[in-house]
Amino acid sequence: MITTSNLSKTYSGNEVLNIESLDIPKGQSFGLVGNNGAGKTTYFSLLLDLIKPSTGFIKSNDIQVNESEDWKPFTSAFIDESFLIGYLTAEEYFYFIGELRGQNKADVDKLVAQFEDFFHGEILGQKKYLRDLSKGNQKKAGIVAALIGNPEVIILDEPFANLDPTTQIRLKGIIKDLAEKQGTTVLISSHDLMHVTDVCERIVVLEKGEVVKDLKTSEATLKELEVHFAGTGF
Amino acid sequence: MIKNFLSFEWKSFIRSANFGKGLAVKILMGFFALYFMAMFLGMGLIMYPGLKDTFPDQDPLVIVNNYLFYWILGDLIFRFFFQKLPVMSVKPLLTLPVKRSKIVNYVLGKSAISFFNYLSLFAIIPFGVTLIVKDYPVNSVLVWMLTLIIATLCINFLNFIIESFSAEKELSFLPIIVFTGGLFVLNHFNVVSFTEIVANGINAVYETPVLIGIPILVLVGLYLFNFKILKQNLFLDSGLKKEVKEVHASNLEWTKNFGDIAPFMRLDLKLLWRNKRTKSSVWMLALGLFYGLFFYPQPMYQEMPWFFAFIGVFVTGIFLMNFGQFIPAWDSGYYKLLMSQNIKYEQYLKSKFTLMALSIIILFVLSIPYVYFGWKILLAHFAAAIYNLGVNTHVILYGGSFNRKKINLNQKAAFNYQGTGAVQWLIGIPLLLIPMGIFALFYFLIGFEIACIILATLGITGVVFHQRLMKTITKKYLESKYKMIDAFDQNN
Repeated sequence: MITTSNLSKTYSGNEVLNIESLDIPKGQSFGLVGNNGAGKTTYFSLLLDLIKPSTGFIKSNDIQVNESEDWKPFTSAFIDESFLIGYLTAEEYFYFIGELRGQNKADVDKLVAQFEDFFHGEILGQKKYLRDLSKGNQKKAGIVAALIGNPEVIILDEPFANLDPTTQIRLKGIIKDLAEKQGTTVLISSHDLMHVTDVCERIVVLEKGEVVKDLKTSEATLKELEVHFAGTGF
Repeated sequence: MIKNFLSFEWKSFIRSANFGKGLAVKILMGFFALYFMAMFLGMGLIMYPGLKDTFPDQDPLVIVNNYLFYWILGDLIFRFFFQKLPVMSVKPLLTLPVKRSKIVNYVLGKSAISFFNYLSLFAIIPFGVTLIVKDYPVNSVLVWMLTLIIATLCINFLNFIIESFSAEKELSFLPIIVFTGGLFVLNHFNVVSFTEIVANGINAVYETPVLIGIPILVLVGLYLFNFKILKQNLFLDSGLKKEVKEVHASNLEWTKNFGDIAPFMRLDLKLLWRNKRTKSSVWMLALGLFYGLFFYPQPMYQEMPWFFAFIGVFVTGIFLMNFGQFIPAWDSGYYKLLMSQNIKYEQYLKSKFTLMALSIIILFVLSIPYVYFGWKILLAHFAAAIYNLGVNTHVILYGGSFNRKKINLNQKAAFNYQGTGAVQWLIGIPLLLIPMGIFALFYFLIGFEIACIILATLGITGVVFHQRLMKTITKKYLESKYKMIDAFDQNN
C-alpha cells in the first residue's frame, strides 16, 4: 500500500530523516516509535505532502504523493490541532470534512453516531465552537473526523497524548477494529510503548531519522522496546 | 530587562518567516514618515508668517491656540486608524520572575516614543522658535511648547484607552466616532465650548507657567488608567475566561446554488461572521460606503471628474481590499488540513473570488444613491466596479500567494487590539492609484466617457480571461505551497 524509497529530508545540511526502504502492506496497523526528534512527524508530513522530500519519494497505492494529488481521496490524517477549524462546531466540522470526501449529512451522522461512547457526551450537541473545547475533546473530534469517508489510509500522530485513560482504552478498540475488520491501513506514532504494542501489528523504531528496528508485535516486543529505549537514553 | 525586551522584538522581527515583506513594508513606511515630517516641518515654519499675513491684527499664537481643540480631535481620529499599541507576546513571560508592572511600563513607555508623537514636534518646535525670534517671552514660549508636547502624549494614551474599549465591541470604530463626533457637536452648537476651554487653558498656562501642573496631572492620570487596563489584561484567565456563547449553527442552504464551491463559501461566510477580526472587516463596508460623502457634497470635487474613479474603486472595493489582502492567511490556522484534504486548490480560490465579486456587486448597488450628485458619478462608479471585478480581484488573489504571515483567529493577543495598523492600508495604493491614474490620463487626453469605457474594458478583459488567470494564480499557489505551510506553522 505504502512504499518508501530512498527517502530523506535535510534542513540546511542537517539530515532529519533517511529511510532507504519501508513497505507497509494494506490493512496493517503500523506503529512508529522514537524519541523526540527521531523523525516521526517528519515522516508523516512527507506522507501527506506537507513538506518536500530532499531525495526519494513515497508512493501510496502506486501514486507518488509529491507529484500527484490523487492519494488525497483515500487518505486522511489528524496530526495536530491545526487540522481543526476553530470557529466551527464539531458537527459543522464533521459535515465540512464529509462534504470534501463526498459524504452527505446522513452518512456523516451515521458514522459519528458509532462514536457516542468515545465522545462521552462532550462533543456532539454542545453548541460550542471547537476552539472553546478542551484540548482532549478537540483531539477526539479531530480523530473521528479523520475516520469520515471510509479512507483506506489513516494517519494519526500521537493519538493517545492528552486523552484521559478511559478514552485511551476506547481509542485502542477503535484502531484495532479499523485494521482488523475493515482492512484500513492505520499509521500511528506514540511515545507510549504499551499502547503501541497493544494496538499495532508492526512497530518500527526510528532513531535520528533512521529505521533501527522493525518488529512484528509479539509477547516479547514490549520488553524488547523497553530495553532498547533504556539503552539509547544516553 | 528592557534590553532583553528590545532584543526579543528585534529577533522576532528578523527571524520571522515574513521578514522580507516586513522589511519592505518598513522601508515604505519610512518614506511615508519622511513625507509627513517634511509636511509638518513646512507647516511649523510658515504658520507664523502665514497667519500674520492673513490676519494682521491678530496674534498668531492666539489663533493657533483657538484651533488646538480641532487638532486634538483630528489627531485622535488619525491615531485610532493608524497607531496601534506595540504588540508583545507576554504569555511566556508571565511565569518568569518578571514583574507585571515592568512589562506594562515597557509597552506604554515604548508607545510614548512612537513616531506619531515625534511628528507634532516637527511643527511645534519651528513655530515656537519663530515666536522666540519675534520677541515673545522665552520662558512662556518654552512652557507653551512643553504643554503641547504633554498634550501630544495625552492624546497618545487617550487613544489606547479608546482602542481598548473598541476592541470589545463589534463595531470597533463606533466609540471613536461617538467620542470625537460628540465633542465636535457639543462644541459646534456651543453647548460646551471646548474650543474656548482649550484655548483659555493654554493661554492661562502661557501666562502663569505654574499651571503646567494641570496638564501633567492629566497625563499621569491617563497613564495610570492605561496601566490599570493593561495590567488586568495580563492575567491569562482574562483571555481564557471569555464567556462561551451558545452557538446557533446555520446551514446556509442557499449556497448550494454555487455548486462545487459551496462548502468553501459556507466556510468563508462562517469565517467572516464568527471571528472578531473578520467581522470588523464586514463593518468596514459601512465606513467605505459613506466614503464618497466626504467628497461629493463639496463643489470643489464636483469639478474634478477624474477623481470619481478613485472613489468608485474605493467604495465598491472596500471589502475586496480588507478581506482579499489576507487570503489565504485567514485560513492559516488550519492550512495543513486544507492541504491534506481532498480538495482542489482552484475551488478554494474560486470561493474567495466569488465572495469578493458578490461584495463588489452589492456595494455598487448600494452606492447607486450617489447618482444624486450627478449621473457622471454613477457612470464612473460603474466603470470602477467592473475594473474591480475583472482586475483588482485577480491582482489581490495573485498577491495572496506571497502571504506568509499567520493570522491567529482563535486567540486574541493581550495587547493586539486590531491586528494591523498603518500597514493594512498600504495594499490599497496600487489597487486604487493605478485605476485612478489610467482614468485621469484618458480623461485629460480624450474625455470623461472614453475614460469610463477604458476602465470598464480593462475590467471586462479580466472577466473574459478569468479562467486562464485563475489557472495561473492556482499554479502560483501550488508552487508556494510548502513555503506557506511552513510559514503558517510558525507562531509569530
